[in-house]
Amino acid sequence: MSDSVQLPRWIDVGALPLLNLLLALVVSGLVVLAIGESPTQVVEILLYGAFGYEEAWGYTLYYTTNFIFTGLAFAVAFHCGLFNIGAEGQAYVGGLGVILAALYLDFLPFPIMLIVAILAAAVFGAAWAYIPAYLQARRGSHVVITTIMFNFIASSLMVYLLVNVLRPQGSMTPESEQIAEHLRLPFIHDIAATFGIEMASSPLNLSFVYALVCSVLVWLFIWHTRWGYAIRTVGANAVAATYAGIEPGRYIIMAMMISGALSAFMALNEVMGVQHRLLIDFTAGYGFVGIAVALMGRNHPFGIFLAALLFGMLYQGGAELSFEIPTISNDMVVVIQGLVILFTGAMEHMFRPRVTRIYTAWHLRRRAQEAA
Amino acid sequence: MDNFELVILLLDATLRTSTPLILAALAGMFSERSGTINLALEGMMLGGAFSAAAVAYYVGNPWAGLLAAIATTICLSLLHGFACITHKGNQVVSGMAINILMSGLTALVGIALFAQGGKTPSLDHASRFQPITLPGADAVADVPVLGSIYSELLSGHNILVYVAFLAVPAAWWVMYRTRFGLRLRAVGENPGAVDTAGIGVVAMRYRAVICSGVLVGMSGAYLSTAQGASFLQDMTAGKGYIALAAMVFGKWRPFPALFACLLFGFLDAAATRMQGVILPGIGEVPVQLVQALPYVLTVVLLAGFIGRATPPKSLGRPYVKER
Repeated sequence: MSDSVQLPRWIDVGALPLLNLLLALVVSGLVVLAIGESPTQVVEILLYGAFGYEEAWGYTLYYTTNFIFTGLAFAVAFHCGLFNIGAEGQAYVGGLGVILAALYLDFLPFPIMLIVAILAAAVFGAAWAYIPAYLQARRGSHVVITTIMFNFIASSLMVYLLVNVLRPQGSMTPESEQIAEHLRLPFIHDIAATFGIEMASSPLNLSFVYALVCSVLVWLFIWHTRWGYAIRTVGANAVAATYAGIEPGRYIIMAMMISGALSAFMALNEVMGVQHRLLIDFTAGYGFVGIAVALMGRNHPFGIFLAALLFGMLYQGGAELSFEIPTISNDMVVVIQGLVILFTGAMEHMFRPRVTRIYTAWHLRRRAQEAA
Repeated sequence: MDNFELVILLLDATLRTSTPLILAALAGMFSERSGTINLALEGMMLGGAFSAAAVAYYVGNPWAGLLAAIATTICLSLLHGFACITHKGNQVVSGMAINILMSGLTALVGIALFAQGGKTPSLDHASRFQPITLPGADAVADVPVLGSIYSELLSGHNILVYVAFLAVPAAWWVMYRTRFGLRLRAVGENPGAVDTAGIGVVAMRYRAVICSGVLVGMSGAYLSTAQGASFLQDMTAGKGYIALAAMVFGKWRPFPALFACLLFGFLDAAATRMQGVILPGIGEVPVQLVQALPYVLTVVLLAGFIGRATPPKSLGRPYVKER
């Protein structure tokens, strides 16, 4: 490969991921064909379900909110060379922080409550991520295995708490009490209504705005602060970082705690914004989708926003799809998600040699023409 | 005698719950000893369980189901290998992708084929693996202690249970007493040296993931055609991850992994039995605590508090022949 030239940036961060995404979607189409449905009809229903009417937009962006948080969470850890598979558990425990604050500090006025809830989510999520981070940094256990284990531990712990501690007396369903009316995150359609704009009601709430704020903050943090630089250095080469006077352990813990906090913000959307109480398994796999979102978005907040939007569309369109075509359930979205992770994540290098060869040939021919 | 019988029943349940874990843990071991992380156990198990139940239903024979399960998991192993070994993709990501993909695909295909909400139809007697009565089990059933150990505990399991327990010494023998095993372990520790010796690293790793596929296929088939009588959506419920934990807990060795599986199986069996039971002096132990114990124990082990678990040296690193 010595005669190949460096690929330009637009191919590296644009064309190659798009090519992989396209392949994932083509294979998804084949799956649809295999179960005897028409892929074009599926695409039509998906797009209509996601963007076809005003309410659909709200739902799409509501799902997008969750994926922005979990995608950012995965990306921050990834920049430090860590695979945080534990977003699911961190978000779950973060939800505990939010609900405890909302139920026990319900005398606070809303603006203060909002700050308290954000802090509570961050502290609980970060604390849950701290243990695997500490074990990786100081005791050499692998963060992938420990975060997977911590997902299960979180799940057991939360079931215990919901069944035995948080469940209101006399209620049979394992869920917490409702958050007081004045402490709920306002819906976007309610905010719009106060300005006299009429919008269809949807679960889209203020946390979407917070997700965008977090995206900008993560971008600033990773590329424009000393800590972000150190985190990326550790991620690129921990040994070199040590020689450069950066102590990897410190930044591993820092990156994981930020990652845990970001995952936990998903609870703001779900618990404080939409469900208004803590439900069993409210995380519903959003933590795992975050992996796909971050990989597709090349771990950059802007890319993550686009990928989160794509998955928000798939989730909302998928719901419509399962309603329209009975043989296609919501599981279709899970399949697409798996294929996207497979092709854009695990097989990201598949087309690179071929594309490099084609580009090199083209490049050399053009240079030869210029010389002539 | 009452207590004794209770212990026998508990141990009997332990054997049944640990069987899929043992097969999957050995599967993980083959793959990881060759240097390929296998987080995909959960998804492969699901795929195997679905294929086994669907084919056993159509053919009416559990063996056809077992073969279908193994064929499916070998395909998935090759997919994992294609991503991780050939394209040097990220092994953790590939594993997660297969898990998510199979969780969706099994449900989707299940609905398309059977229209029962992702479930497969219940299997009749002939399409399931049936309990095998060991020779003389009925005759000695009345002999105190030993009789009931033999007839209750050891006899009366289906063939896959016995296969799982025989697979442990077999895996040990393959791993430590054959040339294949030696090369497989070497390729996970120092692929460069193996390559220098003229043995293909890529081919060795592919063979290892295929071994992994065969074992995890049996594990999946056990869930849907031996222990259960149909495939249910997401029926593995984290067993693939538990098996992975058991493999780590067993320090990537067959016999310690067996004991870890038995321990985890025992905890699972105990959790079911302990529901609502009040222990003297302790009170009611939350079921969730018992359920979480395998995960907690694995974390504690990995932290080095109970011995050290050292993974194969080149685990997770794709082999690049020339730099």
